[in-house]
Amino acid sequence: MSAKPKALILTGYGINCDWETEFAFNQAGAQAERVHINDLIAGQRKLSDYQILAVPGGFSYGDDLGSGKVLANKIRAGLRDEILGFVSGDRLVIGICNGFQVLVKSGLLPRPTPELNQTVTLTFNLSGKYEDRWVWLSARSDKCVFTTGIERIYLPIAHGEGRFFAQEKEIAGLKKNDQIAFQYVDSRGKPARGNFPENPNGSVLDIAGICDPTGRIFGMMPHPERFLNFTSHPNWEREKELLSRQGKKLPEEGDGFRIFQNAVQYFR
Amino acid sequence: MATRIQVFTKPGLPDYLGERARKRIARDLGIELDSVRIGEIYTIDREFPGADLERLRRELFPDPVTQESNLSEPAPVFLKSQGFDWIVEIGFLPGVTDNPGRTAREAIEDLLGMKFRGQETVYTSRQYLLGGRLDRALVEQVAAGLFNPLIERSAVRSREEFEREGGLSLPLPRVQLPPEAPVLSVDLNLPDEELARLGRQGILEGTRDGREIRRGPLALDLDYLHAIRDYFNREGRKPTDLELESIAQTWSEHCKHTIFAACLDRVDGLFKTYIRRATEEIRKKQGRKDFCVSIFTDNAGVIRLNRDWNLAYKVETHNTPSALDPYGGAITGIVGVNRDPLGTGKGSRLVVNTYGFCFGDPIGKWEPLFRDREKENPVLHPRTVFEGVRRGVEDGGNKSGIPTGFGFVRFDPRYRGKPLVFVGTLGLMPARIGGKPTEQKGARPGDLIVVAGGRVGKDGIHGATFSSEELHAGSPVTAVQIGDPITQKKLGDAQLEARDRELYSSVTDNGAGGISCSIGEMARECGGCRVELDQVPLKYPGLAPYEIWISESQERMTYAVPPEKADEFLRLLASRGVEAAAIGKFTDSGRCVVTYRGKTLMDVDLDFLHDGLPRRKLKSKWIAPRHPEPALKEPGDYGKALEAMLSRPNLASKEFVVRQFDHEVQGGSVIKPLVGVEEDVHSEAVVYRPLPDSREGVAITGSLFPGYGDIDPYWMAAAAIDQAVRNLVAVGADPERIALLDNFCWCSSDEPERLGQLKRTCQACYDFALHYQAPFISGKDSMYNDFKGFDARGGPIKISVPPTLLISAIGIVSDLRRSLTLTAKSAGDLVYVLGLTRKEMGGGQYYAARGEKEKGRAYVGASVPRVRPEETLKLYPRVADIIKEGLVASAAPVGEGGLGISLARKVMAGCLGMGIDLALVPKGPGAGRDDYLLFSESAGRFLVTVDPRKSEKFEKRMKGLPLARIGTVIMEPVLKIQGVEGKEIISIKIEKLKEAYKKTFKDW
Repeated sequence: MSAKPKALILTGYGINCDWETEFAFNQAGAQAERVHINDLIAGQRKLSDYQILAVPGGFSYGDDLGSGKVLANKIRAGLRDEILGFVSGDRLVIGICNGFQVLVKSGLLPRPTPELNQTVTLTFNLSGKYEDRWVWLSARSDKCVFTTGIERIYLPIAHGEGRFFAQEKEIAGLKKNDQIAFQYVDSRGKPARGNFPENPNGSVLDIAGICDPTGRIFGMMPHPERFLNFTSHPNWEREKELLSRQGKKLPEEGDGFRIFQNAVQYFR
Repeated sequence: MATRIQVFTKPGLPDYLGERARKRIARDLGIELDSVRIGEIYTIDREFPGADLERLRRELFPDPVTQESNLSEPAPVFLKSQGFDWIVEIGFLPGVTDNPGRTAREAIEDLLGMKFRGQETVYTSRQYLLGGRLDRALVEQVAAGLFNPLIERSAVRSREEFEREGGLSLPLPRVQLPPEAPVLSVDLNLPDEELARLGRQGILEGTRDGREIRRGPLALDLDYLHAIRDYFNREGRKPTDLELESIAQTWSEHCKHTIFAACLDRVDGLFKTYIRRATEEIRKKQGRKDFCVSIFTDNAGVIRLNRDWNLAYKVETHNTPSALDPYGGAITGIVGVNRDPLGTGKGSRLVVNTYGFCFGDPIGKWEPLFRDREKENPVLHPRTVFEGVRRGVEDGGNKSGIPTGFGFVRFDPRYRGKPLVFVGTLGLMPARIGGKPTEQKGARPGDLIVVAGGRVGKDGIHGATFSSEELHAGSPVTAVQIGDPITQKKLGDAQLEARDRELYSSVTDNGAGGISCSIGEMARECGGCRVELDQVPLKYPGLAPYEIWISESQERMTYAVPPEKADEFLRLLASRGVEAAAIGKFTDSGRCVVTYRGKTLMDVDLDFLHDGLPRRKLKSKWIAPRHPEPALKEPGDYGKALEAMLSRPNLASKEFVVRQFDHEVQGGSVIKPLVGVEEDVHSEAVVYRPLPDSREGVAITGSLFPGYGDIDPYWMAAAAIDQAVRNLVAVGADPERIALLDNFCWCSSDEPERLGQLKRTCQACYDFALHYQAPFISGKDSMYNDFKGFDARGGPIKISVPPTLLISAIGIVSDLRRSLTLTAKSAGDLVYVLGLTRKEMGGGQYYAARGEKEKGRAYVGASVPRVRPEETLKLYPRVADIIKEGLVASAAPVGEGGLGISLARKVMAGCLGMGIDLALVPKGPGAGRDDYLLFSESAGRFLVTVDPRKSEKFEKRMKGLPLARIGTVIMEPVLKIQGVEGKEIISIKIEKLKEAYKKTFKDW
């Protein structure tokens, strides 16, 4: 077994899911560390010392000027060379919720270009409202490292700007390159077809997560780090009661844990 | 010259925020617009080269996929493609916190690698493009619904005017202050009448056109002014304005809780006699089992979670500001209460927020109210207050990354003049850092005084004294603020890093009274302080020294930093984007000294500052109110009666509130605020896992029964404590480890009758805390929740909130895998009621519903539910045990609306029907009528379901307790209830129940 991969959990300026994301990576077998973005910009910490970069969820800059936009601006202005160097190597990047918004707005997704230009977006939910609810996702991409072996999972979303939107040409490109990592589906696995609440935000093509053409850069709106332990499931104690009547035990792990295990497994 | 950058959704794309606004306008005002499109305007108040501005326009502000942007005027050509008939622009008034403006400034600095200086900044405003054939009057009405004149201003143009004038823009909200006010020395050797006026209206600044200009209420009684006068006479000088303002802050009702400290009749302080004594006696009795750590001495109450971790909990109110600006008031409230656990001991990480809202009727007929006789200053519609407060708590919690875990919304017409907004925060702190207990702190002589976070402006000056006065037309609008969760998030994160590196010896938050109170309090830890006001970072020039000293500008913490650690501390904060400044030193001189530009403006004995206020002597009177018990006919259709109860605003689903609060962040939510197979039924309590790798949980709930107070406030308090304890037991909390918080929201507290009600409430707090061995660990009071204004005819009107006691409770769940929801699990399970149902509907939801239907106003009645500790104390520990033993499949407390509502909720949550026989319900004398059994609110009851294979063991374990099997969970999705006479009185499909439960707030 090789050494534990090192995961950098970005923090600062209103990122707020950094603790649980750090916990998730550590549980999955990584050596995770929360690092303030200013320590990276000041050169006190080096991105190149890590194998995994996680941009956690949160409310960077309060979503002012558009979700993820100002943190993306800070990354583009202060860490352009470092981040381009990082993604050109055999490394992994995950952005969750606000982190996904940051990856999209800093042009790292759907594919990093030297100018880090934004080409797709995550914008206001169709309802115009913030939504916290659990949704079903179906994994669709064969190349995405993070979704390996996952079929259908149940995770919570919590966002006001989660609607994936792009010009048709971009969408066609994502489809063609197998970059659509997660789509919203109903509880039986059928496509949500834009219907609320299965598709909670009106995302085009029910897109909940995408990866870059290599499958190593990945972003998703739902929160896998909020479902690591089965007791986080909205109906876990119902499951527990029904399972115990069949003489069975409650599972330990939640659906989201697999995503972090996949990232760690990649370096094993 | 300022430059405006406008950002709109691209013309070909739908604007969903605009569409939401359009729907809201149609619903609230009945005005149908064809379209609403919203643009964000960024006004950059600084010179930049054209190429830089163009880069900002292109790269920074618009989303390149969905938005287009335009640089400066003229705008008409740009806006033409958007299509509109009217345009409304809304912008802030000078000095109002502009969070996106601050972010834009930082983003420009990052992108262009420069720094804004002085008052150079970015202001934001918003344009609404309205499509539709409307006349100006209607557009003005729409505009009025889009902004709050206390903090914002608007401009309205028709398309024609817009094109003729070549665009539209509001004046820049630059703060421009007259030269700062001189420091005054105030003569207190005045006749009492003059002195009283000084206390009520504030320090006299001068006269203009023969009218006196005063600085705003000090809210100091004559007794207090005499004590101050005598002190300064002893010192042989007159006080400065700063000294007087400072003492007024420190002695305010808000800070010193003078009513709870007063000698009331023969009671030596309500707080000391009833609240604190209860806790002391409980702690003594619990001995080694005592789980209290730091109680009543700090910003929040601290209890033990386990050997290594403690919990700090505080619940606050922010009523007056929320009445004026619901959004600003609520966000300032929630972000403000966050600072309490953050500033408790050495500081805690914030793990759960809680809320409770009390509003006027948001749905029924609204009779306008005004703050002034001229009817220019209207009271906001309860619906507007509700939406603004909800949005404030949404942004405050979500943007801070703290799950908003538990809350409730309550309606009563008496909250229409002044809403109650409760906000709470639970923090988690390690028991020790560097071997030292974290609940202990202490500034030392020589430590630097460091203030960090937001800058200081005129915000909230006279905020503390303001909430101690009744709300009237003269209320200063400086009391309205807007919290900034991101500035505070940065500060809080940085503080925890500093805490773990042991860089400070003490910390406290800045709330009411600003640094005058925080430094004044910390100075007691070491015995003195010396502050140089010149060092305090300001938002804009022109503040008088007393304003700097008492300003309540938000998002600030005060630290005591040992000099050898000051460099590291300040460097750390700077590297986290947090502004901080050392503004003086803690001393052991025994005095609070404040200087400005080399002059001493305050030099007051610390003991006098904190303990020099005379104790108030108050008298109370208790007259039991008499409300006739209504003689009700039985409902003809019980199904309809149950549906009507479920649709009552107080009992109906408020799912839209919970869905917009992130209750899952931090990953610790175990029993969620919405439960059930379809995740759509409110839970009475929640359970969180504060440590990700531990099985320990914390259960949280809150409870209040203002309606019972109309009959007897003693039973109002008893019921609230009983319900809170029962809610926690039902989700699996350990009844021996439950802690309580009190929040008293009273009215007209000068009246002996109101104080009589208060005394009875406190007596019940003492009695029932002791019965349940549940100590009070923290609390807060807000004593003047009265509205005095005018009705639509210009007649004077006073509306007082009903005396309201919120009991918040937290309990430790030793193994959260044993926690439980109310969801019915499986067909065939047996349904039991535990506890007796008596004819106790007084002050409850059923009488209110019947009264509203029959007489247009609630029946109160006399049969208030009583709590019988001789019954509940036997029942609750047994219920906790059988939950731990896994004998119960689901549990629910029976609360407001009674058994009928609990049955309906269980059925809706499980998506399974039930067959129930009311004749089997264990009951007290005279309760044997179907509507009494269904809707009585008797305390002390649970509704549980049990696996039939476990029922024998269950019944054995529950032997000797009042319980009965009243029915069975069935597969058929129908709630069937058989009445006492053996006839089926209810048969409702679950989908019909859900429809009734959800329809009231369906489109909110």
